[in-house]
Amino acid sequence: MLEIANLHVKLEEGDVPILKGIDLTVEAGSVHAVMGPNGSGKSTLSYVLAGRDGYEVTDGGVEFGGEDLLEMEPEERASAGLFLAFQYPVEIPGVANMTFLRTALNAQRKARGEPEASAAEFLRIVRERAKSLGIEGDLLKRPVNYGFSGGEKKRNEILHMAVLEPKLCILDETDSGLDIDALKQVARGVNSLRRAARGILVITHYQRLLDHIEPDKVHIMADGRIAQSGGPELALEVEKNGYAGYLPEAA
Amino acid sequence: MGEVAQERIPQAESACDPRGDTSSGSWADWFRAARQAAEERTEARRGKRRRPEYWKYTDPGGLENLPTSSAGVSEGPSAFEGVDRLRFEFDGGTLDRAVSDPLRAGNAEIVELGAAAPIQDHWASRLYGTLEAIGQTPVPRPFAAANTASATAGLVVRACGAVGKPLEIRHSGGAASAPALIRHLIVVEEGAELTLLESGVPGPGFNMVTEVLVKDGGSFRHVRVQDGGWRSRGITHMFARLEAGASMKSFTATTASEWMRNEFFVDLAGENATAHLSGAAVGGRSFHQDDTLFVIHGAPNCRSRQVFKKVLRDGAVGVFQGKILVRRPAQKTDGYQLSQALLLDESSQFLAKPELEIYADDVACSHGSTCGGIDEDALFYLRSRGIGRNEAQDMLASAFLAEAVSEIDDPQLAEAMLGRIGAWMAKRN
Repeated sequence: MLEIANLHVKLEEGDVPILKGIDLTVEAGSVHAVMGPNGSGKSTLSYVLAGRDGYEVTDGGVEFGGEDLLEMEPEERASAGLFLAFQYPVEIPGVANMTFLRTALNAQRKARGEPEASAAEFLRIVRERAKSLGIEGDLLKRPVNYGFSGGEKKRNEILHMAVLEPKLCILDETDSGLDIDALKQVARGVNSLRRAARGILVITHYQRLLDHIEPDKVHIMADGRIAQSGGPELALEVEKNGYAGYLPEAA
Repeated sequence: MGEVAQERIPQAESACDPRGDTSSGSWADWFRAARQAAEERTEARRGKRRRPEYWKYTDPGGLENLPTSSAGVSEGPSAFEGVDRLRFEFDGGTLDRAVSDPLRAGNAEIVELGAAAPIQDHWASRLYGTLEAIGQTPVPRPFAAANTASATAGLVVRACGAVGKPLEIRHSGGAASAPALIRHLIVVEEGAELTLLESGVPGPGFNMVTEVLVKDGGSFRHVRVQDGGWRSRGITHMFARLEAGASMKSFTATTASEWMRNEFFVDLAGENATAHLSGAAVGGRSFHQDDTLFVIHGAPNCRSRQVFKKVLRDGAVGVFQGKILVRRPAQKTDGYQLSQALLLDESSQFLAKPELEIYADDVACSHGSTCGGIDEDALFYLRSRGIGRNEAQDMLASAFLAEAVSEIDDPQLAEAMLGRIGAWMAKRN
């Protein structure tokens, strides 16, 4: 589903290389975890996949569902089924969460040539998904992420994911800023969205999220490369020994 | 600039006359005298070609060489469709009685200016032109004086209690080469309440003056949409005097205009009076929109608030000149002013000049003016959920303007304004 091959990326500003040859394949139905220390390039990877400005791909490429992902605009990637749950969801005062979500869903449907959801159909979908995730209706009426607590912001990301039904979910440090109860709730939400046709890429610094979202594969990222790949046991090993063994000698 | 002289305003005393206009014919002495005095004010200014601070950012020649056709001056359904209201339709500056509601409303007296002007003892005789004349100090406002000198069209309205429905004055049509002159006089009597809605423009060029007197405890609400086409040009003045405990709230939405200047001269003359002025403007290309405000705190414990927001693109120019004068007696003044522009590209400009002039020592006045581009993080967030760049930008721009729209009390009117702004945005895509 997602094939990243020899991906080299630098920051446009300052010409700083960040990703130095990433190879990673996420199959439909699988959950992959990318773990790594701060500054290893994890968030850059998620931003580059979602199409954020400010990065330049200098070598390699990414295929998504057989298409060249890097040629697409961010909104085209979303319509093609890619979803990034932000580490820091953006507050947008003045735009109601519901309005935003409905606009997003219908923009995606339109782009795919599908009929748009009527107000009633949309309401039904949102209510049903919110209910199954245990999200209060209040969150939907408020402006997008505006004044939300850390937990509310992350739950809102999961709600967006549930409504938009992407093929590939990228969770960027979804555990950051959450206490253990909020973490469990978010993890439950993610688990409820596991499907045979859906890939999930979990990006995290800590192993604790992986106690609740069990990955099929774990990749350790260090200094812009995948230093090691393995099964869930790799995460436990990192938890015990830290990332020091994966870092370049100089660090 | 020194303090503005305090002047006594004559009062209309009698109860509202539900009969409305009852006579016609030649102008009464008071109307002639008001026009003559204004003509002299205009004459005194003639020949003075220098451009003072007051015209720093806007060329006063905006109403010269008007297009002779109304092409580009759009018409269409009122922004207030769906609001239960009384409608007064002006075609090219003349009231079209056939398509308007009767000049009658519970607790209000509504008369055409041209019908009040011939009546010798009409209550308007004691007010007409007086607020405009006061507003000529400290800065001469030649367009307003010219309006008093020549206008004969418009409404004279007096609210004597809570007027149940808003009154909408809707303008359309008009293709004259000279600017349409429109003149309204509004009096809100003690404890009375009136909501005035305005929509459309009376032609490719217009000069509109509204005098408003709100007496003790009265409430005046004003929501205006300037939705002429991109060729429309106009200047409006609202001269308002608020007496003890009176309140006014005015909101203006402006789009697609070549030259639009909205001036307010608001005098908080009585204790505990409140004046809120707000506006949302959006335009591109040759759009030039100017809000020039002068708010005088003349009495203690008054509140004033101004929230003006503009979205500018493709070389549009937005101007904000907002001055608050707090006179010595106006202790405990609470003043707030915000003017902000969202520039969607490098070719657009926002020119802002906030001014505070404070003579009282126990006041709280704050003002802020900002100018910036679209929030790239927010734009990416929206796009990453599948919303195209243009639509995402429009959503953020509408959200930016929503803060000004939220100054409107009435949720239905606020909703109508948001809908109209959203529609303008979408038109661009």
